[in-house]
Amino acid sequence: MNALDVTLWVVAPYVALTIFVLGHVWRYRYDKFGWTTRSSQMYESRLLRIGSPLFHFGILVVALGHVGGLVIPKSWTEAVGVSEHAYHLTAVVFGTVAGICTVGGLAILVYRRRTVGPVFTATTRNDKLMYALLALTIVLGLAATVVANIVGGGYDYRTTISPWFRSVFYLQPDGEPMAGAPILFKLHALSALVLFSVWPFTRLVHMLTAPVGYLTRPYIVYRSRDDQAGSRPPRRGWEPAGRP
Amino acid sequence: MRVMAQLAMVMNLDKCIGCHTCSVTCKQAWTNRAGTEYVWFNNVETRPGQGYPRTYEDQDKWKGGWELNRRGRLQLKAGGRLKKLLTIFANPLMPSIGDYYEPWTYDYDRLFSAPVTEDTPVARPRSLITGEPTKIKWSANWDDDLAGAPELAPADPVLRKVSDQVKLEFERTFMFYLPRICEHCLNPSCVASCPSGAMYKRSEDGIVLVDQDRCRGWRMCVTGCPYKKVYFNHRTGKAEKCTFCYPRVEVGIPTVCSETCVGRLRYIGLILYDADRVAEAASVRDEKALYEAQKSVMLDPHDPQVIAAARAAGIPEDWLEAARRSPIHKLIFDFGVALPLHPEYRTMPMVWYIPPLSPVVDVLRETGHDGERAGNLFGAIETLRIPIGYLAELFTAGDPEPVRAALRRLAAMRSFMRGINLGGERDESIPAAVGLKPEEIEEMYRLLAIAPYAERYVIPNAHAEEGARLEELATGCSLDYEGGPGMGGPFGEASGLPAPVAVENFHALKERQATDDLDRASELRGRVNLLNWDGKGAPDGLFPKRKDKS
Repeated sequence: MNALDVTLWVVAPYVALTIFVLGHVWRYRYDKFGWTTRSSQMYESRLLRIGSPLFHFGILVVALGHVGGLVIPKSWTEAVGVSEHAYHLTAVVFGTVAGICTVGGLAILVYRRRTVGPVFTATTRNDKLMYALLALTIVLGLAATVVANIVGGGYDYRTTISPWFRSVFYLQPDGEPMAGAPILFKLHALSALVLFSVWPFTRLVHMLTAPVGYLTRPYIVYRSRDDQAGSRPPRRGWEPAGRP
Repeated sequence: MRVMAQLAMVMNLDKCIGCHTCSVTCKQAWTNRAGTEYVWFNNVETRPGQGYPRTYEDQDKWKGGWELNRRGRLQLKAGGRLKKLLTIFANPLMPSIGDYYEPWTYDYDRLFSAPVTEDTPVARPRSLITGEPTKIKWSANWDDDLAGAPELAPADPVLRKVSDQVKLEFERTFMFYLPRICEHCLNPSCVASCPSGAMYKRSEDGIVLVDQDRCRGWRMCVTGCPYKKVYFNHRTGKAEKCTFCYPRVEVGIPTVCSETCVGRLRYIGLILYDADRVAEAASVRDEKALYEAQKSVMLDPHDPQVIAAARAAGIPEDWLEAARRSPIHKLIFDFGVALPLHPEYRTMPMVWYIPPLSPVVDVLRETGHDGERAGNLFGAIETLRIPIGYLAELFTAGDPEPVRAALRRLAAMRSFMRGINLGGERDESIPAAVGLKPEEIEEMYRLLAIAPYAERYVIPNAHAEEGARLEELATGCSLDYEGGPGMGGPFGEASGLPAPVAVENFHALKERQATDDLDRASELRGRVNLLNWDGKGAPDGLFPKRKDKS
C-alpha cells in the first residue's frame, strides 16, 4: 500500500465522515431555516410526478442494497444458508433495476431542471454542484455493477470493499483490500466520499429529516407560546420568566 | 373537560364593500417578500365566483379537510399517514402556481429608456416567476364584482351544488363579498397533514402557526387545508400562513386586517372550548349537524363549572373576563347570527360569518317592495331559494334553517330599529317573531352598528408581556446605543442574533397609539419602521441627524 492508497482509503474516509457529521451539526444549529427540500413542485408537476418518485424510490432501494452489501458480512449471509451465487443474483437483479430507475428518474429531473424556465431560475450554483456529484456517483456505481457483471464474470466486492468499509467504522482502517479493487469501484467510492463531504451544505440535508415520526405522532400538535419564544433558544440569563 | 381558549373572529358580511383594504394592508405587513408574491393571507372573494385559488372549495378535486371512514372515524380526506409518506416525493394534490396566479410586475424602465417614437412607450408585464414577458390571465380576484361571471361563475363549486338544474340567470343574480383569512380551526387538518410536525396550534390562544425552523417543505399542509390558506413560499421552500398577527394580539391590539377594515365589520374575541370533545363533535355523521356540534364544543364563560375548570387548566383571570365580554360569544350564542364557513370540512373553523341580508333586500327593492319592512323581509327569506341555498352551502353544509334564522334576526333588527328611528314606534311583535327581547335586539344593533373599538376587539394580553418588553429593551448588547461601538450586529445592520419577533416594537407601537404625547419615540432606539409609524410627530431617526457645526 503506497502513500496514495493510504491517503485515499484511510485518511479521506475519516475526513469525509468528519465533515459529514460536524457539517450537519453545524448546519442544524445555524441554519434551521435553510433546512428544506426547496421543492419546485409549484412551478411544474407533470415531469416531477414521474421523475421524482422514480428517483427517490430507486435510490432508497439502492441504499438498502448498499447496507446489505457493505454492512452485513459475507459470513453472516452464508451462515443463514444464502450462497454466494444466490446473493449475487439477487443483488445484480435488484441493483440493476433500482439503479436504472434511479438514473432514469435523475435524468428526467435534470432535464426538467434545465428546460422548465422557473425551475432553472430557482437553481443555485450549489444545486448544480450537488447534481453533478450525485449524478457522477450514481452513474459510476451503476457502471461498476454493469461492467463487472457483463465484461467480467461478476466481482465479489464482499471480500474486498465491504471489509474495508467496515474497517473504517471499527476504527482499524485497512486500505489494503480496497487498493486492489477495480478502477470503477474505486472511482465510485471516491466520488461518494466527495459527495458526503459536500452533503451537509446542500439541499440533500432533507434526507436526514425524513419524517418517519409522522407515522406515530398524534394528528394535532399543541405547543405553548412559552416553549420557545424566538427561533433560537434564549441566551443564558434571558430565559423567559414564568407566568405571574 | 379540558378547557382551552381560542381567539376567534366574526365578520359581518352585510357591511363588506369589497374594497380589499384588509388584503392590501395584510400583504404589506406580511407577504410583500420574494416567494410570497402570489400569497394573500387575507383575500376578498366575490361570490358567486371561483375563489382563490381557483375552485378551492371543490374537495372532490383537492381533497382538503377531513372525512369519515367506513367505521365512522375521522380521517384526512387526502389519505392516511402512510399514503402521505408514500406520495411525499410528488404531491399529487398540490395546486400549481397557475391555480393561484402567476404574479407579475411591469417593465417600468421601458417608460424611461424607450427611444423617442410616435407611440407612447408601454410598460409590459413581466412574470415574477420566470422573469419573462408574460400575459396576465388570472389573479387573486380576477372575477371581482362578478367580472366575467357568465363564463367564470358556473365553475363556482358552491353554485354547482345549489343549482345543478337551475341555470344561472344573470339579470336576477345576487352578489356579496367574502373576506377570508386562515380559520385557525379547532381540528386543523393542515396540522394533522404536516409530516414534520412543524405546524402547531398554540395552546394559549389557539392560533395555528408554522414553525419556520422545523418546516421541511413537504407541502402536505397545502393539500390538507380545505380553505387553501397555507401557502408554499417558493423561494424559501417553507410553508407560510396567516398568523392572526400574533405579535399584535399578544399585546392586545387587533390584527392588521381588522384594524384597517373601513367597514368595521370584523370582531375579535375569545371563545372557551372543550378540547376533549373536539374530535367527537367533528365526527358527527350528518354534515348538517356539524354546525350545532361545533357550538356544543364551545363553553359558556358564565357557567361557574366552566370557570372552575378553566382556572384548573391555568387560564388567567383576565382571559376569563375577556371571554365573558367576548363579542364572538354574543354573536354566536346570544344573538345567533354568526355561522361557520364550510363546517362540512370537519375542521371546526373559528372565523365565523354573519350572512348578508343584502341579496334579499336587493331582490325586494328591485321588485318594487319595501325592502326594510319586516313582513316583506320575512316572506322573502322564506321564498328566495337560490340566495338562501347558496348561503346555506357556504355556512351550514346546505341546511337552510340556520341561515334563515340568522337572516330573520338581521331583518327583524333592521325593521325594528327603523321603526324607532323614524317614528319612535316600538313594534314589539317584530323581536318576538324571531325569539328575541326588544332589549336584545337593541344590544345586537349596538354591537353590529355602533360598537366602538374596545367592544369590537376584546383581546387580552398574552401573559409574557413583561418578559417581551424586557426583551425588546435588551435586544442588542449594552454597547448597542445609537452611535455606540455595537450599533447593529458585528457585521453591520441586522447581523448577529435575530431580534425577537417583537422586532416591530409592538409595545412601543401600542404605547404610541394610546398616548397623547407626541414625543415618545425614544423607545424606537433611533430607528423608524415607516410601516408602523402612525403619523404622530416626527420620531427621532425619521430624518438623519443634523451635523453639529461647532
